[in-house]
Amino acid sequence: MSPVTVTDRPASAVGGSVQLSTVTKVFGRGSSAVRALDQISLEVPQGEFTCLIGASGCGKSTLLSLIAGLEQPTSGAVSVSGRVALMFQEPALFPWLTAAGNVEVALRAHGIGRAERRQRTAELIEAVHLGGFGGKRPHELSGGMRQRVALARALAQDADVLLMDEPFGALDAMTRDLLHDELDRVRAGRQLTIVFVTHNVREAVRLGDRVVVLSSRPGRVVDEFAVPIEHPRRIDSAPVAELAARITDRLREEMSGHGR
Amino acid sequence: MAANNPGSLPAYAERLAWLEATDTESQAGQRGRRPSILAVRAWAAFWPKALAIVIVLAVWQLIHVSGWKKVIFPGPGATLANLWDQLQTGLLWHAIATTAGRAVIGFGLAVAIGAAIGALVSRIAPLRAAVGSLITGLQTMPSIAWFPFAIILFGITTTAILFVIVLGAAPSIANGLIAGVDYTPPLLLKAGKMMGLRRLSLYWHLILPASLPAFVAGMRQGWAFAWRSLMAGELLVIIANQPSLGVLLSTDQDQADMQSATAIIIVILALGIFVHTLFSVADRAIRRRWGLTGTV
Repeated sequence: MSPVTVTDRPASAVGGSVQLSTVTKVFGRGSSAVRALDQISLEVPQGEFTCLIGASGCGKSTLLSLIAGLEQPTSGAVSVSGRVALMFQEPALFPWLTAAGNVEVALRAHGIGRAERRQRTAELIEAVHLGGFGGKRPHELSGGMRQRVALARALAQDADVLLMDEPFGALDAMTRDLLHDELDRVRAGRQLTIVFVTHNVREAVRLGDRVVVLSSRPGRVVDEFAVPIEHPRRIDSAPVAELAARITDRLREEMSGHGR
Repeated sequence: MAANNPGSLPAYAERLAWLEATDTESQAGQRGRRPSILAVRAWAAFWPKALAIVIVLAVWQLIHVSGWKKVIFPGPGATLANLWDQLQTGLLWHAIATTAGRAVIGFGLAVAIGAAIGALVSRIAPLRAAVGSLITGLQTMPSIAWFPFAIILFGITTTAILFVIVLGAAPSIANGLIAGVDYTPPLLLKAGKMMGLRRLSLYWHLILPASLPAFVAGMRQGWAFAWRSLMAGELLVIIANQPSLGVLLSTDQDQADMQSATAIIIVILALGIFVHTLFSVADRAIRRRWGLTGTV
């Protein structure tokens, strides 16, 4: 396998930080109103990999939608510097395009000319280890390969901030493990700020520089943990397991406190 | 940079290669078997149709033999012989050419107009509120009812026939496109917007291709309406010195030539089925490309 080639953004490009100040999001009105997020303040500095973790219903996905600008907060302020790309649990590929076509359409949306588009598509496909599969259609690829195409497409958007909404949640453990390595590699050459939502504590510790624990209904930041474990990490290594156990305990505490 | 040199490269590549081998194994297997599958598929598609034709001919022959309306009701043998004779003459081919030409022009106009209306209605909310149900209403309207209107408006002309074809087929085509736009998966829309597709580019790169299967389904239905409208039109709007399938059929009626009438009906049926099959092939091709077919 050839070494990973990475088209880096010029160092002069600033951006890639996310700031939320006392953000509240309420869906609906009156008695049927649901408070999804309550007074959330969160800062993700440039280049940091932040994992958000919480039980279902803690508004993790809502938080990402707010950062992505797909929704507006009810109160509070969301400020993002730099371009944002979003990855979902499903690959959300266009079924009428090939793997390479799916990457290329993102470049086209950014108005990149044909010759450069071709070249960068090939580079990106190579960067996610799909060389030779560029001509396949999404349905001809496995779940892991599709998600790698989605990753290449997200990278094609030349984003400073990459938002990931449980992107590996639907994959088997072996494939997920591989994609964790993939993500590490892809990140190694870029100034990429990542906000990664998951309900898998070990995954959060395996990947993140920091793990933020959210409570559910309404979502609040209840705790956060730095992850001082050196790379390369393994999801089944002792330090990862140990920190994951501590975070899990904290989550349990939060959930039982909620169950009163 | 927090992430540096993750994992050792050879081990990673090895695992990846193994995983990809398992992933693509089934597809490689399919590719190897393709020629025999093609033959099997062709046979599987052919024999039920052949059987259907045999059954129809057999029942027809039985009725003929039973002696029901023997004087005027021809058997399959005599009818097919009549069809064969007519196929040797220029008149039938001339008629087929006229009718097919009208079908192509009328249906082409219907596709253009239906697609334009569908595109506008699906994008502009007030227009949809105003025209949406009208389109569905038009779809249920028997197109033959338009002929008095069309003949008064355009006289006994080809234009009158084309007008009714468009009215018959365009609503289905517009509705097909509208349905396709409506059912564009929200997740894909979200992904498209996130990657910076806006307005026209969103429409061109995402919504239109996503609508294609529903649009083709609409065209297929539109074709059925167009063909019916055309036949009704050719029986009602008889233009002198312009032989068409409708004119031949009408002449047969006047001369009580049952053999020829039945032969022409077979031609009309065959043409309609032929075009319908083209749409089915297109539909299947799209489904295969998109991976929407169940694995057989």
